[in-house]
Amino acid sequence: MKVNDNVPEIRISQAQFQPEPGPADGQVPAAAASTEASGIRSFLLSKGNSAVADRGFHWLMVLCALSIFAIVVLIATELVTGSQLSWVQFGLKFFYQVFVDPVTKLPMYWDPVNGNFSAVPFLYGTLVSSFLALLMAVPLAIGLAVFLTEMCPGALRAPLSFLTELLAAIPSVIYGLWAVFVLVPLMREHINPLLVSGLGWTGFFSDDNPTGLGFLTSGVILAIMILPIISSLTREVMTAVPHSQREAVLALGATRWEMIRMGVLRNARIGIVGAIILGLGRALGETMAVTMVIGNSTDIHRSLLSNGNTMASVIANQYAEAVGDMHLSALTEIGLALFIVTIIVNALAQLLLWAVTRGAPARVN
Amino acid sequence: MGVGIEVSNLNAWYGTNHTLQDINLNIPANHATALIGPSGCGKSTFVRCLNRMHETNPIARVTGTVRIGDLDIYKDAKPVEIRRRVGMVFQRPNPFPTMSIYDNVAAGLKLNGYSTRHVLDEIVERSLKNSALWDEVKDDLKKKSGASLSGGQQQRLCIARALAVDPEVLLMDEPASALDPVSTSKIEDLIFQLKSQYTIVIVTHNMQQAARVAEKTGFFLNGRMVEFDSTHKIFTNPSDKRTEDYITGRFG
Amino acid sequence: MKAGENQLRSRFRALTDNAATGLAILSTVVVVAPLVAIFVYLLYKGASSVNLDFFIKVPKPEGEAGGGMANAILGSGILLALASAIGVPIGIGGGIFLAEFGRGTKLANAVRFTADVLNGVPSIVMGVAIYGLVVRPHGSFMPFSGHFSAFSGGVALGIMMIPTVCRTTEEMLLMVPNAVREAALALGVPNWRSVLSITVRTASPGIITGCMLAFARVAGETAPLIFTALGNSFWSASLDRPIAALPLQIYVYALSPYEDQHRLAWAGALVLIVLIVAAVSLVRYVTSRGVLKGAS
Repeated sequence: MKVNDNVPEIRISQAQFQPEPGPADGQVPAAAASTEASGIRSFLLSKGNSAVADRGFHWLMVLCALSIFAIVVLIATELVTGSQLSWVQFGLKFFYQVFVDPVTKLPMYWDPVNGNFSAVPFLYGTLVSSFLALLMAVPLAIGLAVFLTEMCPGALRAPLSFLTELLAAIPSVIYGLWAVFVLVPLMREHINPLLVSGLGWTGFFSDDNPTGLGFLTSGVILAIMILPIISSLTREVMTAVPHSQREAVLALGATRWEMIRMGVLRNARIGIVGAIILGLGRALGETMAVTMVIGNSTDIHRSLLSNGNTMASVIANQYAEAVGDMHLSALTEIGLALFIVTIIVNALAQLLLWAVTRGAPARVN
Repeated sequence: MGVGIEVSNLNAWYGTNHTLQDINLNIPANHATALIGPSGCGKSTFVRCLNRMHETNPIARVTGTVRIGDLDIYKDAKPVEIRRRVGMVFQRPNPFPTMSIYDNVAAGLKLNGYSTRHVLDEIVERSLKNSALWDEVKDDLKKKSGASLSGGQQQRLCIARALAVDPEVLLMDEPASALDPVSTSKIEDLIFQLKSQYTIVIVTHNMQQAARVAEKTGFFLNGRMVEFDSTHKIFTNPSDKRTEDYITGRFG
Repeated sequence: MKAGENQLRSRFRALTDNAATGLAILSTVVVVAPLVAIFVYLLYKGASSVNLDFFIKVPKPEGEAGGGMANAILGSGILLALASAIGVPIGIGGGIFLAEFGRGTKLANAVRFTADVLNGVPSIVMGVAIYGLVVRPHGSFMPFSGHFSAFSGGVALGIMMIPTVCRTTEEMLLMVPNAVREAALALGVPNWRSVLSITVRTASPGIITGCMLAFARVAGETAPLIFTALGNSFWSASLDRPIAALPLQIYVYALSPYEDQHRLAWAGALVLIVLIVAAVSLVRYVTSRGVLKGAS
C-alpha cells in the first residue's frame, strides 16, 4: 500500500485576506514569532485566558444556587423570630392546651381579646380536611392513573392527560370561587341533608350548620385539587415499571387486572405511596380554596359538616387584621408549625419518589 | 503554516486507569500524521492531550511535556489559549444546532469578541472553500442552521469552523468514521489538500485511510506507542512484530 | 383441582378483571366530568361578565354597578414583572450551576433536593416570612419597609419562582448533548462564554418555557399577597404602596355580598384562566416538538 499520489489537487482559491490590525498589546507567546503572523492569529493570541471572567462567572452561578438555601434560612428565621412572643408565653402547650370560656363554660381555644391562644382547632381542622381529601382523592386518582396508563385507547390518552395537567395549573382561588358559588349551595341543598338524614346517627353529621360550608365541603374541594398531582405522579411511577414485569405476569396467564395488580402496582407501590404523601403535602398547605369554604370558626365540633379552620386558613383569615402582637405571634407560630410539617412531609415524599424513579426527582407542578 | 509537535514522556490517567504510558514522538510540521491502533489503545486520549481537552474530565491527569512549536502547552499557557491554536474535529459531527452555517463557522471568532463584519465574511468564505463546502451552501449561509445539513456536510462544516480560527495544528479524531464512503473520500481529499498549510494529526481505525493521506504513522497499543515511522515503512516493512500483526489483521 | 373448581376460579378472575376495568373507567368519569363541568361553568359565567369596561375601568364603590378590574390587571402586571426580575435570573443561574458546574457534586444534590422541597412549602408561609422581613416596621434594611407594599408582594412571588425556574433550567440544560459543549471548548472559547452563548442558547426554548410555567404558577397566587401587597381599590402603580392584584381581587369579591362584585370575580377568573391555559398549552407544544431543534 502506497501513499496515494494520485489524488487530484483540489483547486482552492485563496481569497485576498487583509489582516485587520488587531489589539497589538498583550502577551504573545514566543512560538507565534515563528509562524506566519496573520491578523486573526495575533488577535486571538492576544486574548488571554479570561481566568478572571471564568472564575467570576463560576462564583456567580454558585451564589444563585446557594440562594435556594438562603430562602429556606430566611423563611425559617422570620418564622422563628415572629413566633418568639407566643413560644415564650405558651411553650409546647400551644399545641394542646384548652381554655374554658368563663361565660358559657365551654372549651375555648382562640381568644385574641384575652390573649389566650391554642392551636388545637387548627391542627384538628388540618387533619380532618386533609384526611377527608385523601380518602376521596386517592382511590379516584389511582383509578384514573390505571385507566390512563393501562386501559386507555391511544386517542383519548393525550387529551385526558392534557386536561389533568391543566387542572393542576388552575389557581387555588379559582377553585375557591367555583366552590363558593357551586359546591357550597350543592352541599347545602342536596348533599348535606342527605348525609344528615342517612348518617346522622354516627354523630359525624349534624344539621347545626346550615350554611353548606365546613370540613366536608373543604375536603371535597381539596380532593378535587390534589387529584391531578396524585394521578400524574402515579402514572409516572407506573410507566417507570419495566415492560418485562408486565410481560412476565401475562406470560403466566394473568388477566389484565391481575397483570396490573401484580406486575405494575406491586412494583410501583413505593412510588404510589410517595405520590399520596406528596398529595397530602399539597393538601396540608392549600390555603385559598379552603379559606373560602371552611367557615372560619375557631371551635371544635364533631360533625364533619361544621365550620372550622385549618392552620393555613386561620393565617389567611386573621393575619392582616391581627389584634396585637401576641395574636400575630400566635399566628406566626402556626405558620412555623405548618412550615415544618410540610417540609417533613414533602421531603419524605421526594425521597420515596426519588428512590423509585432513580435520578432527578419527579417535578412537582 | 503549521508547527511541529514534540511529545516527551507523556503519561495520562483517567482516575486510576493509566491510559497512556511514556509516549515520545515528534510530529512533523505541515505533514499529516496518522495514529492507528485497536479500540481502547489510547490514541484518542493522546490526541486530546495535545489540545488539553483530556483534562476537561475531572478525574483526568497528565504528566510529561508537549511542545507545540516552542511552547510547552502545559507550562507556558492556559488551556483556552492552546485551543485557539490547536483545532479539533470530532468523530461525530457537532455543529452548533441553533446557529446558522455562517455563525457556526464564525463562532470561534465571534465568541472571542471579534466582530468586524467584512473580515468575518471573508474568513467564513475562505474557511468554507478550504473545507470544500462553499459551493454547496453559499446561498444559504445565514438561512440554514448548521444541523440541517447532511452528515458529511456537517463534518466539513466542523472542519471549516476549526479552520476559521487559523490554527497551527489540526487534530482529527476519526473524522470520517461516522460518515458514508462518498463523504469519507471527500474528507480525505480535504486532508490531503490542507496538510500543506497545517500540521494535521488524524486518528483513524481505517488503515487504508492512513495509508492514503498521511506521510507518517504511529501505531498505538495498550497505551504505548509501539512504532512511529513513515507510512510507507509501517505498512510495507514494520520493525515491530506487533505492528505487523495489527496491519495484517491478526488482531484489532 | 377439579374441572368445576377451575371453571369457577376463572370466572371469578374474569369477573374481577371486568370489575376493575369498570371501576377504573368509573373513576375516570367521576374525575373528569366534574372537572370539565368546572371549566365550562367558569367559561360560561366569565364570558357573560367580561366586557371592555372590565379591562379599562377601576372598581366602583361597593354596591354601585359597573366598573372593572383594570387596576388589578395592572397591579398583577407590576407584581409579576418584579417577581420575574428576581426569580428568573437567580433561578436560571442556579440551574446553570446544577447542570454545568456542580454536576454530581454533593452540593448540587443538596440544592436540588432543597429546591424540590421548597416547591411544596405553602405559599402563605412565604407571605408570613416576607411580611416579617419587609412589611413589619422594625427598622429593616429592606427598601419600602414598614408598610404593605407592591414591592413586598413582588419579592414574595419572585422568591417563589426561584426553585421552579432553577429545576426546569437544569433539566433543559442537561438535555444539551455534551458534544456541543466539547465543540465550543475545543475552539478555545472561554468557559463562561461557552456556557452562556452555546449551551444556554441551545437550551433556550426549554428554559423559556420553564420560566413561563413558573410565571403562570405565581400569576394565580393569592395567599402570599394577602398581607404583603394587600390589595388596593384604586389605581396605583407605585411599588411603595399596596397594590391590587387579579387573584387577590377575585378572592375579595367572591366573599363580598354584592352581586356586581361577584360578576367581576367571574370575569377576573376567566381572564386568569385564559392566561394560564395559554401558558400551559404553549409549554406543552414546545416541549412536545422537542426542545432542541435539529440537535443530533
